[in-house]
Amino acid sequence: MNLMTISNLTHWFSGLRAVTDFNLSLKKGELVAIIGPNGAGKTTIFNLITGVYRPTSGQINFEGKELVGLPTNQIITSGIARTFQNIRLFKELSVLDNIRIAQYASVCYSPLEAIFHLPGFHKEEEKIRLRSMELLQIFDLEDQAYTISKNLPYGQQRRLEIARALATQPKLLLLDEPAAGMNPAEVEHLIELIQMIRKQFQLTILLIEHQMRVVMGIAERIKVVDFGQTIAEGTPIEIQKNPRVIEAYLGEEESK
Amino acid sequence: MQYYVQQILNALQVGSVYALIALGYTMVYGILTLINFAHGDIFMVSTYIAFFVSTLLLGLTHHLPPLFTFVATLLAAMAGTSLVAVLIERLAYKPLRTAPRISCVITALGVGLLLENFMVAFKPIGPDSRIIPALFESRNYSIAGVTFSTLQIMIILISGIAMVLLDLVVRKTMIGMAMRAISWDKFTVPLMGISVDTIISITFILGASVAAIGGTLYGMAYSIDPYMGIRIGWWAFISAVVGGIGNIRGAMLGGYILGFIEIFTPVFLPTSTYRDFVAFSLLLVLLIFKPTGILGKPAVQKV
Amino acid sequence: MDVPVSVKVPLAVKFWTRWCMKFLLCIIFALTYILPKTGIINPYIDMVLIYIGINIILTISLNLVNGYMGEFSVGHAGFMALGAYTASLLSVWVIPDSLNPYLFPFTVVIGGVIAGVFALIVAFPSFRTRGDYLAIVTLAFNMIIKSAIENIDGIGGPRGFMGMDKMTNLPWTFVWVCITIFLARNFIFSNLGRGVLSLREDETAAGLLSVNTRQVKVLTFVFSAFLAGIAGALYAHELQYIYPKGFTIAKSTDMLVMVYLGGIGSIGGSVMGAVVYTIVLEALRSILQFAGISQEWRQVFAPLMLIFLMIYRPKGIMGMREFPFLIPEAERFQKISLNPFSKKNRNRKKSEEVKS
Repeated sequence: MNLMTISNLTHWFSGLRAVTDFNLSLKKGELVAIIGPNGAGKTTIFNLITGVYRPTSGQINFEGKELVGLPTNQIITSGIARTFQNIRLFKELSVLDNIRIAQYASVCYSPLEAIFHLPGFHKEEEKIRLRSMELLQIFDLEDQAYTISKNLPYGQQRRLEIARALATQPKLLLLDEPAAGMNPAEVEHLIELIQMIRKQFQLTILLIEHQMRVVMGIAERIKVVDFGQTIAEGTPIEIQKNPRVIEAYLGEEESK
Repeated sequence: MQYYVQQILNALQVGSVYALIALGYTMVYGILTLINFAHGDIFMVSTYIAFFVSTLLLGLTHHLPPLFTFVATLLAAMAGTSLVAVLIERLAYKPLRTAPRISCVITALGVGLLLENFMVAFKPIGPDSRIIPALFESRNYSIAGVTFSTLQIMIILISGIAMVLLDLVVRKTMIGMAMRAISWDKFTVPLMGISVDTIISITFILGASVAAIGGTLYGMAYSIDPYMGIRIGWWAFISAVVGGIGNIRGAMLGGYILGFIEIFTPVFLPTSTYRDFVAFSLLLVLLIFKPTGILGKPAVQKV
Repeated sequence: MDVPVSVKVPLAVKFWTRWCMKFLLCIIFALTYILPKTGIINPYIDMVLIYIGINIILTISLNLVNGYMGEFSVGHAGFMALGAYTASLLSVWVIPDSLNPYLFPFTVVIGGVIAGVFALIVAFPSFRTRGDYLAIVTLAFNMIIKSAIENIDGIGGPRGFMGMDKMTNLPWTFVWVCITIFLARNFIFSNLGRGVLSLREDETAAGLLSVNTRQVKVLTFVFSAFLAGIAGALYAHELQYIYPKGFTIAKSTDMLVMVYLGGIGSIGGSVMGAVVYTIVLEALRSILQFAGISQEWRQVFAPLMLIFLMIYRPKGIMGMREFPFLIPEAERFQKISLNPFSKKNRNRKKSEEVKS
């Protein structure tokens, strides 16, 4: 069964066509990568899925529910989470708070219970803290729980971003260039991490990435976009052989 | 009918002044995305400069030609006000250019109140209202029952010319182009060999000069006092927001709209004390339906 | 390493927060009751202390929006005016004089609720767009409220309204300050409070992490206005005379100065800001009187201070920090356990260094 179906997604930025007729169907548990040159409209696709931009036309169907037009937070609570190309942690807040904020929607006490400190509040807070610490443990960050997140080293910030996205309890995870700025050793570690969380949280993952090592290593299916248009689609091996892709994207590397 | 024509003329007169001040708000916002809350009080300062210069000139033993005194007063007010505005920018806003925007807005609010309260506390000025002496003889004309004075026509005409000139400067000159470039991207512009500081100063000078024109004309027609920065300034500010803050033609349009509201509120409502209520309510309603103002464009957020 | 199953609060902390603090508060409450009666606190000091209390409430109220949430309201004097007028009208017109002392808490709360209701109305247009629009809308709101009061002749119009008994005394003020601090603290250290902080940090990211940004903004704004309304109600029953010109942007600026002086994003800072500012202004009054300078210069001081604060110390004295006793037990214990100077953590750090 398809988890998400995107059909004919098109978006214009005042006269400039950023995404044209984008189609994608994701099966449960798949790991699909979107690749393409800079400015090809990849991040825009993520922004359209998560409701940051409203598409000019097209549908996004997630588990039988239409996402277009919903406010961002509702899209997230229906089971989609994302990370950012440029890390966007809540820099001045602690690691634990970063994780707890991402559980905003799952908290079930009313504001009144909170400001009067009624019993329901304490119980629920305890639960959130527990869940957050578990998550931090998985990402090997539990010792840093009270560190202000801007003080974390780069690699840990990247990990925290993924952990924070998972705290929203998603079914589909959108990763926007998770390996950006990483050295080869960190990249290897990231690949393991993605494989691991995918299994442990039964995630479907949609990935934007430039590092071919990551894409070819873990993606089951690849979609190549350029100028907002899909120019190829297939398994990593098919993509590597596709002449149009070589021309548009891998060209220089292949010709060497 | 005559009554309405008369009121329209009055509305144009008041609206011109609002439009002139609104331009200053909108230009600074356009380039720095800063609501320069002090601008109303800069306008107030300009009226005092005009007051002192004109008193000085008229007090001379030689009688100067009226046109000369008028132009001299106007130029002196423009120069003095520009100096004040640039000083404020350099001392209060520039240190905050990299700070969160909110700090800058609060500083602007502080500067405005400082100017106002300083003028009240400062003995030679004080809280009393004054009138700028008549710089030229203003005659009243009457055509078909509609009365208008030389001064009134001067206000409407001079404001109109100033606005057209300013619009040309922003649209056609290199300075205007640089201003628009900075409002797009503050970080790339210096790479093109343009000094951001200079352009920002020029923006403040232009805004202040236009406000000074408004201030001098206003002071000749009505009385001036240190609180007018708030009374007139807030109205001009609403004009800028109603027209679409950051948009020059929007500010002009907004100014005239507010002028009409001011004049026509007492026509349709029992007293003129409802003016603030009507103007600010209009602002609220407009913001609900068109948050960017009449001519403003929505900003696109980047993720 | 085991995941903590439950937060264990050390006995000392428990003892302090559960007993000592409450005991201390009771003693202070008793003092606020006894001292003015014995004459140790003269009426002037009594009045200044009440103003400090009211200002603490106002500062916390504004800090919620400007400091914690990072939005910018310039119109809180409007909410204060609503609270002041609502409570005054209630106690003069509706509630019989004999019942007034007993129903005073109720009167004050109604003042706050009305301010909150208006905040709800204002909140809708304000939060459609980010940035300066809240500033513009609250500014307009402040002006509308002032203008509306001036135009309603029944409540005195521009002449103002009087006839309230002096209901606000030191013990009452103290109780209301404590309630405000308690509620604000609980609010900040809750799910909603974390949402508020996330908005200040990065609104777009907050939305993309399931935070209902709209809900957070509206609720915070309403809560903040509620507190401002309460402060207004107390103010009206202290001064016994309210007039529309007392609730202008100048009043809002006073609040801003207190927030940015004490420290944004901090309840302790709000208290400090209100205390320091009120005392400094009072001291200035005496100094100017002594030096024979016109009192109008006092008005120059507030904006000047605001400008210097913004340039040299934009986060204020306590910026985004908090006194430990204002942090709830559960949150605080965690922070103590990770104190870098504690023995346990130092040892751990060493072992980590050895590893690497």
